[in-house]
Amino acid sequence: MHMLPILLGMLLLTSLLLTLLPREGLHALFGRHETLDVLLGAVIGSVAAGHPLAGYILGGELLAGGVSLIAVTALIVTWVSVGVVQLPAEALLLGRRFALTRNLLCFVSAIAIAYLTVGVLRLLG
Amino acid sequence: MHGKRKLGGWLFLALVLAAYGATVLVDPGRARATFADFLAMFGKVVPVLALVFVLMFLVELFLSPERVEGWLGRGSGLRGWLLALAAGVLSTGPVYTWYALLAELREKGMRTALVAVVLYARAIKLPLAPLLAHYFGLRYMLVLSLFIAVFSIANGLAMERLAREPESKP
Repeated sequence: MHMLPILLGMLLLTSLLLTLLPREGLHALFGRHETLDVLLGAVIGSVAAGHPLAGYILGGELLAGGVSLIAVTALIVTWVSVGVVQLPAEALLLGRRFALTRNLLCFVSAIAIAYLTVGVLRLLG
Repeated sequence: MHGKRKLGGWLFLALVLAAYGATVLVDPGRARATFADFLAMFGKVVPVLALVFVLMFLVELFLSPERVEGWLGRGSGLRGWLLALAAGVLSTGPVYTWYALLAELREKGMRTALVAVVLYARAIKLPLAPLLAHYFGLRYMLVLSLFIAVFSIANGLAMERLAREPESKP
């Protein structure tokens, strides 16, 4: 029963953010510096609240628009592993320390995974 | 702990409702669209919630702390890691619907590392794998999934060192 207000709050917050945060025009933010692009991709994925499908589609569009595969991978991985929007619910149910540490670790891991994945793909040709 | 959590939940809902109220005042059209999104999302989440509630009921009914400790506790070994990895990959729906179940299992003796593994392994989306392969290639999908699986274990181990475990229920 204690999870009811948290779940309702999460659904309301997610729908609010999906309506308020525009997805268009994200291309313009990329392209200044490769490392910055990777960080930006990871940050966008972390604050995104939509279905993973939307992350893949956005990632595909960004890649087609010339954004590096490393930055797109960082976005895709943080989209499904880091939850800034879900952080209050995670902290309430699993503990603040757990939620903060886990999300921070996932953010760093996503960047490492992005570099490793693209590195391995380059090695494989 | 439970009282604090209960109060925190209602406070969280109150804050979100206040943000909603502000949106209604500033932009009623957008607030209507947001509410329509909420209803659509609610409809999609209900089946997952039903599954989570059934699982929580079954956990409460059949899983003693000793059994959870054996399957997912410190002595569970490789079986525990593989079980957590599989649970993460196979779990569906929004991640927040699973927090309560994981919290309950953790209180019954599940390792903090394995809770983190379940949450991280959710990044491997089996039903969406064909789409990922379509956009980025089959090789990309396989390499990425492999790294996510490896990092879910690494993150689990790191979490156990960095985040304290709650005391098990007697």
